[in-house]
Amino acid sequence: MEKAIITTVGKDSIGIIAKECTYLASQNINILDISQSIVDGYFHMMMITDVSCASAPFQTIQDELCELGKSMNVDIKMQHSAIFESMHRI
Amino acid sequence: MINLFEVSQTNKMIEEENLDVRTITLGISLLDCASENVDVFCRKIFDKITNYANSLVQTGYDIERQFGIPIVNKRISITPISLAAASCVKSKEDYIKIAKTLDQAAIHTGVNFIGGFSAIVSKGMTPQEKLLMEAIPEALAVTEHICASIVVGSTRTGINMSAVKICGKIIKEAAQLTKDRDSLGCAKLVVLCNAPDDNPFMAGAFHGISEQDAIINVGVSGPGVVKAAVEKAKGKDFGILCETIKNTAFKITRVGQLVAYEASKRMHIPFGIIDLSLAPTPAVGDSIAEIIEAMGIEKVGAPGTTAALAILNDQVKKGGLMAAQYVGGLSGAFIPVSEDHGMIESALEGNLSLEKLEAMTCVCSVGLDMIAIPGSTPEATISGIIADEMAIGMINQKTTAVRIIPVIGKNVGEFAEFGGLLGRAPVMAVHSKSCSEFIDRQGQIPAPVHSFKN
Repeated sequence: MEKAIITTVGKDSIGIIAKECTYLASQNINILDISQSIVDGYFHMMMITDVSCASAPFQTIQDELCELGKSMNVDIKMQHSAIFESMHRI
Repeated sequence: MINLFEVSQTNKMIEEENLDVRTITLGISLLDCASENVDVFCRKIFDKITNYANSLVQTGYDIERQFGIPIVNKRISITPISLAAASCVKSKEDYIKIAKTLDQAAIHTGVNFIGGFSAIVSKGMTPQEKLLMEAIPEALAVTEHICASIVVGSTRTGINMSAVKICGKIIKEAAQLTKDRDSLGCAKLVVLCNAPDDNPFMAGAFHGISEQDAIINVGVSGPGVVKAAVEKAKGKDFGILCETIKNTAFKITRVGQLVAYEASKRMHIPFGIIDLSLAPTPAVGDSIAEIIEAMGIEKVGAPGTTAALAILNDQVKKGGLMAAQYVGGLSGAFIPVSEDHGMIESALEGNLSLEKLEAMTCVCSVGLDMIAIPGSTPEATISGIIADEMAIGMINQKTTAVRIIPVIGKNVGEFAEFGGLLGRAPVMAVHSKSCSEFIDRQGQIPAPVHSFKN
């Protein structure tokens, strides 16, 4: 399994999760976990996903998620989970 | 499983506190390129470097994208050229030809520097090494991407004072030949004692003879992250302060280890070492001086500065050592004046003198680094500054270095502008009394008594 972490930060609005999940499903990316909170009207979400069967290359998905984020006034960032595991797990 | 807090903490380090990997440096041995013909040698080194480093920049970019961590520099270090080229160089011009070839190789591969236009002369000079030293000023003036270094001493050998004298001369020459660019040539030239074979940082990087054919070395960074952590420990005792730095250094180094592992895997080149150095940039919030100030020193250079730097250097090592598989290079805190916003400010306000910087180098990783001095400083005085710094390295069994820029046409209080990561430096005052009789003695300072351990 190859895991990627997707973080979404920005002003809350209707349909952020729906649109993101729809996109991920279209790319054959499975969502393993979601945590989300709203602080002072700002939306903060982290998804742990399995990208091992993704239908597009990693960088293409990164770019398309970024564009999707722009259309909803949020920043969407996808990173390989290894950077977090390296830093926070021994 | 990774949680939201951990993800936010990592991304905050990257986005707000300037966490980055400072360099992926590909070390390449050029020993097998030796030839009796300089043109053949040039062709061989160009082919070998471009062949090995073909995908270096793209690999760095791909890793950067995939993990979301900036990798600032992609660089190459080579076998000290005076060794690899020993059988073909007959004149200074031959070395200039080699320097231009290396510059072309840097442009071809897209790296910003190739380090290793170097000679190791800590006990004596071969004719080829002497020629190299004479060629360095012109080589640095006619190339953009070449870094030169001269190792003039070590704890095992003592200090080659004849070479130290020549260094004073060539530093002035390099300054003169690049005077239209604030003597930039000198920013690419460093004089070292106890130089490591696996240093990934410029200008002192070279691929030592103890190394294999090619190797990936990685230099981490992150002064901003350490500063943010130290600020959270305000008013706490030294035990907590040290723990805070150690924990942070561990996290920073783990990122470096990941990047090194990935680069090694993707390029099919073995991983060498992680250099644990904290390296500043001229950006606000990316400064070693600011960490020292966050520890409770009003301005870097004030009493307490050396102790604060000693704490920082030691805790960074302690945190980093467990985080990395192999540690090497310089591994400590860099204090380059021109590349550190807080250092520049303090030097400008008169809080930081050359003498205080020298004291600080006793406890940090490198030495007098990126310091601008008046262009009128005599050669012998520059040699004297080098001799002092080399003595600190030799006696304390640590790496020390001098990268000093006599800025032709500028005096104390004026600024030298180098641009980019090299930054800008206020011209600092140098002691006016002479040491020329001392320097003119020449010969070798014998190895210190504690080097005889066998």
